[in-house]
Amino acid sequence: MPADQTQTTAKTLLDVQDLCVSFRSEGGLIRILENVSFTVREREILAIVGESGSGKSMTSLAVMRLITDPNAVITGSIRYKGRDLLQASEREMRSLRGSDIAMIFQDPMTAMTPVYTIGWQIEEQLRAHQKLSRRAARARAVELLGEMGVPSPAKVAGRYPHQLSGGLRQRAMIAMALSCNPSLLIADEPTTALDVTVQAQILELIQRLRADFGSSVIFITHDMGVVATVSDRVMVMYAGIIAERGPKPAVLGGPQHPYTLGLLHSIPPMHGVRPHRLPSIPGSPPAPMGRPAGCAFQPRCDFRMDICATRPPLFHNGTQEASCWLAEKGAPDWARERAIRAAGDAA
Amino acid sequence: MSEQMTKPKSMLQAAGLSKTFRLGSRFRAGGIQHLQALKDVSVEVQTGEILGLVGESGCGKSTLGRCLLRLYDIDDGRITFKDRDISHLSQRELRPLRADMQMVFQDPYSSLNPRRRVRDLIAEPLRVHGRHSERDVQARLRELMELVNLSPDFLSRFPHEFSGGQRQRIGIARAIALSPSLIVADEPVSALDVSVQAQIVNLFMDLQEKLGLTYVFIAHDLSVVRQIATRTAVMYLGSIVELGETDEVLHRPAHPYTAALISAVPEADASGRIKARTILKGEPPSPTNPPPGCRFHTRCPIAQERCRVEVPRLMPLGHNRSVACHFPLQGSAGHA
Repeated sequence: MPADQTQTTAKTLLDVQDLCVSFRSEGGLIRILENVSFTVREREILAIVGESGSGKSMTSLAVMRLITDPNAVITGSIRYKGRDLLQASEREMRSLRGSDIAMIFQDPMTAMTPVYTIGWQIEEQLRAHQKLSRRAARARAVELLGEMGVPSPAKVAGRYPHQLSGGLRQRAMIAMALSCNPSLLIADEPTTALDVTVQAQILELIQRLRADFGSSVIFITHDMGVVATVSDRVMVMYAGIIAERGPKPAVLGGPQHPYTLGLLHSIPPMHGVRPHRLPSIPGSPPAPMGRPAGCAFQPRCDFRMDICATRPPLFHNGTQEASCWLAEKGAPDWARERAIRAAGDAA
Repeated sequence: MSEQMTKPKSMLQAAGLSKTFRLGSRFRAGGIQHLQALKDVSVEVQTGEILGLVGESGCGKSTLGRCLLRLYDIDDGRITFKDRDISHLSQRELRPLRADMQMVFQDPYSSLNPRRRVRDLIAEPLRVHGRHSERDVQARLRELMELVNLSPDFLSRFPHEFSGGQRQRIGIARAIALSPSLIVADEPVSALDVSVQAQIVNLFMDLQEKLGLTYVFIAHDLSVVRQIATRTAVMYLGSIVELGETDEVLHRPAHPYTAALISAVPEADASGRIKARTILKGEPPSPTNPPPGCRFHTRCPIAQERCRVEVPRLMPLGHNRSVACHFPLQGSAGHA
């Protein structure tokens, strides 16, 4: 991955190559992820952006080896610190999960067990991975809750998940995920269910994590604003493939895939001129069974060409990569492409 | 209809609305609790405008939307719809008025009956109000599908065959079937994918232009409200804290809560620099046990002694602007 190595010499923590996930069904093989490759370096926050059905959550579940469906077919390699997780035994995985790689889920209410207190659930991790005594584990759990900005942490540790507000529950879950100082934290839409003022607090917390604990983070979201706030690099997914990826300023400032461009434009601006109509992407994201042949985005694309019937590979331009034929020879000039198409339509 | 058109005509007026829910039970730990969802809310919806209602979860914006349509009974206050007092009409008396005021719901998955075809879903309001012959109903169905940009071929399908955006279009077609003048839309785009949200926001704006509708548009996403609303009311713990023209409210907030809310919105800034943010501490207090004085004082960065005891009233600030704060932010009132 030449484009990935130009910027920094930080060590690669996670290296995913050609990850494919499919499910056997009555109607044949349903492909969810198709040849997804990416790396996460040490102390880096990688944002994975996509809409429903883009495969962003499936990617994180695959890394955690949490896809347990017997009909799932997973190929490729997921190398964490040089070790292939897809080849690891279930026993090895169990010692990695929680201690080396931790995950925060979107909905803390369903991710935590309702029958034990918050404190007990954090303790359990510490006792399993760090062999702490109950008393030491409880003290550490209370300390962690305090570090996450939970008011009166000792009291909260004795509460059950349903007794807490959404923001506190999410903090408790982050405390749980960080209890064993993981090198890699996977956060799957951790702020989607929260109000903006609380979301701002959680985003600040996740950024502090990297500074204080030196963790790497994979941040999964559908919100471009959140991406802009928290990430170093961005990977945009669409219908199970990587549409575009690169350093955040490059991708948000000069998107090279029409899907990224459309996503950025369809967010109503908070400043400046209010457009009479929002530029929108027609149609809706395809279901995994109904993905179009060739480029998956072409039925919704303003810049469709004949060649789009063939699936484009990821083209490298500078620090960015995009899987669009328009990016084959350098970064696309959207204004020019639009003008060419407008002229073509008029003729 | 004989009033002059110089002043914007008011379609719906609410004065001093209060609504309290009873939670729990006498027989359970904690006993009965009272949740004051709305406290002395006064707001006016002008004909042809889009009034945005914003606030965090639990601030009472959905309750207010439902009270305005009398889908909830109100405890106190007065609601006038087209110069008629509807605050204490019975459900039976309200029924003829229902055709004139409709609602669009947040979740297009649970708001459509999965066992009925689109045809029947959209025709239901037409048949219930019995103003159309069966032939008219069929013609109207096709017209409605066209208005919401769906193919009339879809009429015989079931809701599960549609994507979220298409379902929301069906919900909208149902709401406009009887040509209402007022629509309350409760978070109509927040359950949709980002690329689809823009389509539905555009549809709301198109329909307003074509049909001359008036909306109360409830949302928690400030950028969506900025795009669509002419005026915006910001709510916090059951009260309106600020009200005014959308651009004024969002660019020169007078209430510290509005300012914090705006500053918390993450923005897709191309340069990737982090904007200066005032991050509020804590979370909104529980509405079952609201703090005394100004309800925002527990999280307010500029709270003073007076805020802890005296409840600020919504006071006019000039420029069609009102704010409920003892110390409104500078730079907001200055231009008035």
